[in-house]
Amino acid sequence: MMEIEIGHYLVVGAILFTIGVFGIFLNRKNVIIILMSIELILLAVNINFVGFSASLNDIAGQVFALLILTVAAAEAAIGLAILVVFFRNRNSISVDDVNVMKG
Amino acid sequence: MTLTLFFFYLFSAVLIPSAVMVVASRNPVHSVLFLILAFFNAAGLFLIAGAEFLAMVLVIVYVGAVAVLFLFVVMMLDIDFAKMRKGILQYMPIGAFIGIILFLELVLVAGSWIMLPEIASSSAMPIDNSISNTKALGQVLYTRYVFLFQGAGIILLIAMIGAIVLTLHHKPNVKRQDIADQVARDPKKAVEVVKVKSGEGLQ
Repeated sequence: MMEIEIGHYLVVGAILFTIGVFGIFLNRKNVIIILMSIELILLAVNINFVGFSASLNDIAGQVFALLILTVAAAEAAIGLAILVVFFRNRNSISVDDVNVMKG
Repeated sequence: MTLTLFFFYLFSAVLIPSAVMVVASRNPVHSVLFLILAFFNAAGLFLIAGAEFLAMVLVIVYVGAVAVLFLFVVMMLDIDFAKMRKGILQYMPIGAFIGIILFLELVLVAGSWIMLPEIASSSAMPIDNSISNTKALGQVLYTRYVFLFQGAGIILLIAMIGAIVLTLHHKPNVKRQDIADQVARDPKKAVEVVKVKSGEGLQ
């Protein structure tokens, strides 16, 4: 269990985080893919937490990873609900169409 | 190379390309399926790190609930996804630029940072290897972190209420039961006694 060094987890987490941020830029119009990219970013954070928890032999990291998981699930539910309502009103999910509140 | 390290590289080698496919896939349904694959492999990484409970929660909550929710929404909404990908090459350079800068920063932070060797032995809540991971997690989650646990519950409750309030809508011309109206109905309003003269009938 202790064979994997913390650096391995940090590298995987960093790559995953970067892919998530890149995905937000790449799919600027598609809200669904943006939500999925946010899930990837949160997963990267979780991998960091779990990696540190294993490396420092401290269970607090796993508790916080569990809380992040909760928040990510809530965020996905609310985000998709907003998406469905938006699609019902505008018949589109493009970010460019989100200008109803423009001053 | 030990077996653990081999499996670590195996899971990572599937996790990262599937994450790339999530953001680069042409079809959003494929994106969701790659997201599921990514979650499975992340659960494998968690297992290697000894976080068995989190690995199972990741599979159950993410693959079982969140990813299926995504799949449901992608299939429910009738969208021309090909049109949405039109300007994608336009954003590729700026996205790659910012991504590379971010990655380099993360590598610099992680590479230039040294952990003191005695930190590992002085952790606040050392993992007790004599009991299972689930039990160890429960022992701190319900005692020391009970307020955070309750807060997580409240967040989930608010998310549930919010999702219901947002998506529930009543159609105007549908006949529904109105219990209060039905109970409040009394015979005086509902029944009318009419004396009908013989041979005339009721108008």
